[in-house]
Amino acid sequence: MIPAIVVFLYLAAVLYIGIFAFRRARGKEEAEDYFLASRSLGPFVFLFSLFGTNMTAFAILGSSGHAFNNGIVTFGLMASSSGLVIPLTIFLIGTRVWALGKKYGFMTPVQMFRDRWECSHIGTVIFAVQAAMLVPYIIIGIMGGGTTLYTISGGTVPFWFGGAIVAMVVMSYVFFGGMRGTAWVNTFQTVLFLCFGAIALIVIGVGMGGFRSAAQAIQASPLATLLTRERISPYYFFSYTFIPLSAIAFPHILIFCLTARKITQFRKTVIFYPICILAIWLPCVFLGVMANRVTDIPQIREKQEARRVLATQGRTMQPEQRDELREKSAGDDVIMLLLQRYAPLWLAGLLGAGIMAAVMASDSQILALSTMFTEDVFAFYGGKTRFGESVQVQTGRIFIILITLFAYAVALQAPETIFELAIQYAFSGFASLSPLLIAALFWRVSTKWGALAVTLWTAAAVIAVAAFQSLVPAPAPGPSVVYWSLGGTEVLTRTPGGTAVFGFMPVVPMVLVSALLMIVVSLATTKPAQTTIARYFGGAR
Amino acid sequence: MKRILLVVAVAALYVLHQDIWFWRSSYLVFGFIPIGLFYHACFSVAAALLMWLLVTFAWPAHLEQEVEEVEREEGRTS
Repeated sequence: MIPAIVVFLYLAAVLYIGIFAFRRARGKEEAEDYFLASRSLGPFVFLFSLFGTNMTAFAILGSSGHAFNNGIVTFGLMASSSGLVIPLTIFLIGTRVWALGKKYGFMTPVQMFRDRWECSHIGTVIFAVQAAMLVPYIIIGIMGGGTTLYTISGGTVPFWFGGAIVAMVVMSYVFFGGMRGTAWVNTFQTVLFLCFGAIALIVIGVGMGGFRSAAQAIQASPLATLLTRERISPYYFFSYTFIPLSAIAFPHILIFCLTARKITQFRKTVIFYPICILAIWLPCVFLGVMANRVTDIPQIREKQEARRVLATQGRTMQPEQRDELREKSAGDDVIMLLLQRYAPLWLAGLLGAGIMAAVMASDSQILALSTMFTEDVFAFYGGKTRFGESVQVQTGRIFIILITLFAYAVALQAPETIFELAIQYAFSGFASLSPLLIAALFWRVSTKWGALAVTLWTAAAVIAVAAFQSLVPAPAPGPSVVYWSLGGTEVLTRTPGGTAVFGFMPVVPMVLVSALLMIVVSLATTKPAQTTIARYFGGAR
Repeated sequence: MKRILLVVAVAALYVLHQDIWFWRSSYLVFGFIPIGLFYHACFSVAAALLMWLLVTFAWPAHLEQEVEEVEREEGRTS
């Protein structure tokens, strides 16, 4: 129970930071101050809060869980590709969006799209699709909170109660502190979980009697494939490099880019982003793999047994039985189990707080949704003019309460693991929306109809993938099930982990078709006025 | 020329991410780090170096000037 108490103290500290930010902003009921911290974040807070915003439960719990079952491939799949693509998109897109925000006062991506493409209701469609895909991300945070508190307390704090506490704390500091409180909390949390990786690695390494013997034992066992990438196809590995395109298309990341005081604050963020990813993901992935060598933690042995049964007898089982085994073998809590076994109680609590820090990164998504709702819907359809800016901020606060309650209710029902839920819906969808930003900022010929085509295609593709995967049960580990082939080529396949289109993850065709639609539809439709284009690209051409 | 070299460097690093040559190797660097993991840790450091090159040689300074101009104009009108 001691670790759980330490985590509760941490939650209290986080809450205090949010309320302190509220006091700092007392008297200011301006939308730009509440939603963007008056575009005044300094370099240190900007780097750590932007990074922290992008690191969710998924970074620590999901990565170690995925590595536990799939091996070292997890790092190349998600971390090193993100270390290249995300800072590159921040450099190319984030800086430009920041400048446009400063020049024209934009507070959300949709405001920019509406201005750039001279559209109104198409902007509302983009808002609706963005909002629908952002909610799963919030759910992940609440699920991660529930899982963490349940594991840390040794089952004393049930999942529903842990999730409720995390939801309440996040909701409170976002409600009171707005962007300033969220950024400060994120900075605090990022520093915590940057320390977490190194400490966890040392403590668990010492506890296991050194990693050398563990790694060599795995190498000599049938589990040696976990030290390679044999379990994942090169097509799948390549596909994953499209996923980090989602980062800059996530509204909370783009909105965060608007909070920098100066453009120079992007410099350190761009350079240090890959190093921060390395510092967090490398220990988590390594520990996830090494957990397979642990024999004295019954829960880990049960997971391994479930994985073995699934691999050997899965094909003769009913889909429900396979799902049950998949859930049992999921490794989202392995890192917590390792800490419980090898770290002293007080340290397990501190490290648990580090995990909570990552888990609670859903704050930015909640704030972003609130910002989008109040700016793109409430203010755009006349609410701000009619009721004033103070009411707009209060509306944003009420929205925060409603969206958190909704996400909590869904989190209690969701059967998927943290990792799968994130990837299948939010990440692929936002990656598919990334051509919107590229076209808006770099292609003067792009039009609102192209933007609409991209948005509708993204929504349809996400729904299609979700429907296909819920209608067609996942096969047992091993060969995939082909559902549609053309001239001997496998077009649509149901794999144990999801769906493949021509052997690639759905995100690849989703992004490519999005880009193609933007080009074709834009070329076939009327461009915005020359004056509008000139505001974005300089002199008329 | 500088820009072309930077674009080539970005493309090269992207290609280097697909390290199929270590796909099936379970060799342990320093006796405990799998080679595939070690390679991608080094890749992350290389990505940071590339970002430093981009920030140093291709920084969009014109954006800052544009914003300053707008702020100056706003200052004059208010």
